[in-house]
Amino acid sequence: MAEINLKDLTIKKAHESLVRGDFTALELAEAYLEEINKRNAELNVYLEVFADVRDQAKAADERLKSGQDVDILTGIPMAIKDNILIKGRIASSASKMLASYTATYNATVIEKLQERGVVFLGRTNMDEFAMGGSTENSAYGPTKNPHNSACVSGGSSGGSAAAVGGNLALAALGSDTGGSIRQPSAFCGTVGLKPTYGTVSRYGVMAMASSLDQIGPIGKTVDDAEIIYNAIRGWDRFDSTSYNLAQPASAEGSGEARKFKIGVPYSFFNQGGVDQAVLDNFNKMIEKLKALGHEVIEVEMPNLHYSLACYYVLMPAEASTNLARFDGVRYGAHVEGKDLLEDYTKTRGEKFGREVRRRIMLGTYVLSAGYYDAYYNKANQVRELIKRDYTKAFETVDIVATPTAPTPAFEIGKNTSDPLQMYLEDIFTVPINLAGVPGMSVPTGKTETDLPLAIQIVAPWREDKNLFALGKIIESCR
Amino acid sequence: MLKREDIDNLANLCRLQLPEDEKDKLQKDMESILAYISELQKAPSLAEEHLSENYYLRNVMREDSEPFASGENSEMILSQAPKRKDNFFAVKKILGEK
Repeated sequence: MAEINLKDLTIKKAHESLVRGDFTALELAEAYLEEINKRNAELNVYLEVFADVRDQAKAADERLKSGQDVDILTGIPMAIKDNILIKGRIASSASKMLASYTATYNATVIEKLQERGVVFLGRTNMDEFAMGGSTENSAYGPTKNPHNSACVSGGSSGGSAAAVGGNLALAALGSDTGGSIRQPSAFCGTVGLKPTYGTVSRYGVMAMASSLDQIGPIGKTVDDAEIIYNAIRGWDRFDSTSYNLAQPASAEGSGEARKFKIGVPYSFFNQGGVDQAVLDNFNKMIEKLKALGHEVIEVEMPNLHYSLACYYVLMPAEASTNLARFDGVRYGAHVEGKDLLEDYTKTRGEKFGREVRRRIMLGTYVLSAGYYDAYYNKANQVRELIKRDYTKAFETVDIVATPTAPTPAFEIGKNTSDPLQMYLEDIFTVPINLAGVPGMSVPTGKTETDLPLAIQIVAPWREDKNLFALGKIIESCR
Repeated sequence: MLKREDIDNLANLCRLQLPEDEKDKLQKDMESILAYISELQKAPSLAEEHLSENYYLRNVMREDSEPFASGENSEMILSQAPKRKDNFFAVKKILGEK
């Protein structure tokens, strides 16, 4: 079998090799299975490696051999977050509640990837119901960082980011409600995109906070993320918040020659609490971009520092509502009680993990009579103010940039006893979900101890294409 | 300030049976989280009418059409139920004896 260099492989390179016949989709899949076999026991990236990976790869090879209907993604091995439904396969959201739940339909993103002949390697670990920033809330143990197994992979899409960062998959899908694609991407050295809200259908992703959730790609390069994004986006009749975005234009300077005007909200993150290595690395990248002729100015976004408080009202409010569907009656786990009410309370009390229970309690509290105005209504107003901060910033700049996360990957167990400390990990990523704008994390280097660091770039609504253009420039000069 | 009975009441509303020892920790955690989110009260006010401008709050209507064929997915869906009786989800009786 041909030796495949997984480390330097990209989707484009893999595709060219598959078409040229350097290796087959089956050989490519087997190369990944071998890596998974070697490292998954230690890293805990996959909750399940699918038994039919070879069959999927053979089907892709048939397609490649016939030369008919060949797509750039045909035969490309991908990992899928455990909260995205693939019909006939288990999707557990890393929860005991859904330990043996078998999906009864395909998520729209899965349909789209299947049509193109993607090979699904397996389902990846995550924080239970996507609630967390380290995968330590998984009912199946944390995913370890492929760059340092004493550290977390980030979360909640930690398994997906670790799979790509550790070469256990060529690319992956994650979901992002408050940073769950971007923050683990920063920790694992991958590119992670949270698209504009509505550009990718949410049909078939388990709902956490519906007004914030978005599916997106995790790849090794900006180009890989762009290829997957273009494959999964588009209006879907099963998601009424989705819409068609005009084809990303290659017109007017979207190439490398384009000079961007970048805004940095320095007062938002120069208030302490940000790791010095993160700040130094960020400032160095900003200097490099300036040297390339991009203009960098400071932008005032005075309401951004309310983002996390706003998020921790709206997200639990929506999550507690969405998770009301788990009643032990229609699907998922069931714990026997003395009457119907106790069936509910025991099933939910025993099968939801600690963080999920905490957020259900919090959400119910902020929505309860007497507190609704002070919390939920106020948070909705603040959300609008945050959105206006972006509207105003984008009147003068093309991109807003910050670090992706305030720290590099931290040690497993470091933040588990203090939920608020864990929540602060999301500080730079949540404003993007609240505003609905697109954001992407791009690796920008490493710490002295070899942990990845990243920049987060944010574009105006529906201008996702600018993230790819600038992202590629960042990749070329890091 | 959250009282212990608030936690009990909330857990009841949430349909969550919580172990006693978890309630203490939960009370403490929620207090610190609520103190943090109370920061919101310091944010500027915004008139109610501006909220309707939110693009994510628009209403989307569609025709109620193209239904699945009756029974097409029933078996698959029912097979996921913890308890079923024929083509129904089975639950305990709702009316009590009290």
